[in-house]
Amino acid sequence: MNFDFSDEQKQLRDEARKFLAERCPPKAVRAVLDGKAPYDRELWQGLAEMGFLGVAIPENYGGAGAGHLELCVIAEEMGRSLAPVPFSSTVYLAAEALLLAGSEAQKQKWLPKIASGEAIGTLALFEGKGNPSPRAIRLAASGGTLSGVKMPVPDGAIADFAIVAARTGVSGRDTDISLFLTELKGEGVEVKSLSNIDPTRGQAEITLKNCRAEPLGRASEGWSILTQLLDRAAVLMAFEQVGGADRALEMGRDYALDRIAFGRPIGSFQAVKHMLADMYVSATLARSNSYYGAWALSTNSSELPEAAAAARISATQAFQHCAKNNIQVHGGMGFTWEFDCHMFYRRANATALGLGSLSYWEDALIDRMRKRNAA
Amino acid sequence: MNFDDTPHEAAFRAEARAWIAANAPKQYEDELRRSSLGRTQLTGANVLEVAKAWQRKKAEAGWACLHWPRECGGRGASPIERVIWQQEEGPYGRLSAMFIIGHGMCGPTMMAFASEEQKRRYLPPLASGEKIWCQLFSEPSAGSDVAGLRSRAEKSGDEWIVNGQKIWTSGAHYSDYGILLTRTDPAAPKHKGLTMFFLDMKSPGIEVRPIKQASGQSDFNEVYFTDVRIPDAQRLGAVNDGWNVALTTLMNERMSIGAGVATGFPELFEFCSNLVLEDGLAIDDRNVRSKLANWAVKASGLKYTSFRAISALSRGERPGPENSIGKLVAGSMIQEVAMFALDLQGAAGVLNGPEAELAGKFQAMLLRAPGTRVEGGTDEIMRNIIAERVLGLPGDIRVDKDVPFNQIPTKGRS
Repeated sequence: MNFDFSDEQKQLRDEARKFLAERCPPKAVRAVLDGKAPYDRELWQGLAEMGFLGVAIPENYGGAGAGHLELCVIAEEMGRSLAPVPFSSTVYLAAEALLLAGSEAQKQKWLPKIASGEAIGTLALFEGKGNPSPRAIRLAASGGTLSGVKMPVPDGAIADFAIVAARTGVSGRDTDISLFLTELKGEGVEVKSLSNIDPTRGQAEITLKNCRAEPLGRASEGWSILTQLLDRAAVLMAFEQVGGADRALEMGRDYALDRIAFGRPIGSFQAVKHMLADMYVSATLARSNSYYGAWALSTNSSELPEAAAAARISATQAFQHCAKNNIQVHGGMGFTWEFDCHMFYRRANATALGLGSLSYWEDALIDRMRKRNAA
Repeated sequence: MNFDDTPHEAAFRAEARAWIAANAPKQYEDELRRSSLGRTQLTGANVLEVAKAWQRKKAEAGWACLHWPRECGGRGASPIERVIWQQEEGPYGRLSAMFIIGHGMCGPTMMAFASEEQKRRYLPPLASGEKIWCQLFSEPSAGSDVAGLRSRAEKSGDEWIVNGQKIWTSGAHYSDYGILLTRTDPAAPKHKGLTMFFLDMKSPGIEVRPIKQASGQSDFNEVYFTDVRIPDAQRLGAVNDGWNVALTTLMNERMSIGAGVATGFPELFEFCSNLVLEDGLAIDDRNVRSKLANWAVKASGLKYTSFRAISALSRGERPGPENSIGKLVAGSMIQEVAMFALDLQGAAGVLNGPEAELAGKFQAMLLRAPGTRVEGGTDEIMRNIIAERVLGLPGDIRVDKDVPFNQIPTKGRS
């Protein structure tokens, strides 16, 4: 059994960690947090130059032609450093959607631009509150144009194009939904930036009015493609969450070793030690579940739906748990704007929602386990 | 990243599987498989005899104590081979329960500290299951703080005379030998006045009394020592160096990597898949699904954590610290799972007789669960271990560390 990343993949992780430590220190995250720019353009270009944006994109589309395991180790480092760039929307959602269902022309047009950092992409799925559901999609397609409102759209205000889920039927079945690719810089698109709990990753409202769009994948297969896409993104996002959870745990541990109260390091009190031990437990469970997801993703296994849901739930819980208790270990200082703890807390809670919230994935996991048991 | 065996591992697995298929006591397979929680019982057969027969058969064919050297009765197998064996042995591995302490803790301690002659004499029958060993460490006033034990051993010529009481001794009532940690210098600080011995459990002056647990069962014993004589030749390690010997024993605690830990989740999932509530199947209920999903990811998290450890063994490396979470997670989980399974039964959840759902399986789980959070290191001790050894946080402040043992207070409120 070799249920681990290879030495080359670990080397890539170290390379990404080193690069991000240098190019994405907390003050770079803060620059975006404090609203001076919507994202870190320089870092985005740097990631492109390192080959990280196109690591899982085949070479004939301008990528590095590595694979999803390589993308997982990079995602972990993006999470650890809280990189304020549209990585998850562009790479896990837009690029993966193109790889899953794009036509040759669509792949030729967009994948090289993603790999080179020229194009930012996203997925426009949600229309207000609620979890992913074909019934919630009202934005309509007619005669090659789209009309309706999507929100929240991750990184929607800076994206060049979006994969849009639209209604093409009224039968009440999943086949009513089709996917389209639309450019966001053209006619019939109105974009409004929305305030959100994690300003280091933007959210937007996108209004389409008879906006020209081309189909992505076969008509009426939209929901099936979306389900696969969300599974893939869930695994990749789980690695970001695992990276963030690990870093929050380290911050808490380091502070507990340095901070003196009642004449001793606070890390010598069992109440604090046990809190940190429990954070380690969550982070470890999440990492192991995420490895399973990575294996399923990289081998295109039939176990992916279950593995992705398990990774998603476990990693969401771990990042939230570690981020909130990191603040608790820091005490009052952890609740200041000046300390970095809240940036992890914000990211943890934002990533918990973007691909569908916990209750959605809990439901999905049990459904999928039942299906396997019945089979 | 893959779950495949290396060619060598695959060959070993095939050999183990073929031998087990040809030799295992198949008539007990179903019953062993079902008895995943709590104690192993066989109808119409004595578990101890069945277990000893299986162990003897394994020993004769070279499948006993795989990780031990050949001259001690083992196979000299690598850690990954041991894991593969445990995976293949499956339900028959439950027959090893009464040998775990001997094979996992007493044997390795003997290997490290007994004389060559003693190793030749005592280890092969321990490996083959002919002799069963127990471990006599815990005392009524020395549980997590085991170095606070009070059983006295006093030198008298070539012998030591032992007086005192041990508790929570698994299998003392059917054990042939035991390793015993005693206090030999009460004037020294507590870790510095202990000495380890091994002894014949049939020695005069030993009285074994079963403990009736909170669960109503009796799996453990109290052992009383009244002027029990042990030859000095059966001392393990130097006089007053017993704490270091005990650390060797405790470090050898069985790695349950291959066998996996019981969480109660598969049982609960099956139960919810079949239980009909007022509005339909339990598993279709939103609240039930949410709870199941949360336990599902803990169970799978533990499974894949052990796979990571197995992968390290497969590469010939020591597993990382992540496996230390297993008991902590599984212990409290099995308790919550049991409570929830009863909750789903409503008022009838109190029943644990023949009328009970699944013959009272979850009720038995509930009543046994508090013990799983205490035995072999309480949840709190496990958290301390993670905090100190994995995260590098400071050890607890020990006010009794440098105090002569006989001056440490023995009462709280007076």
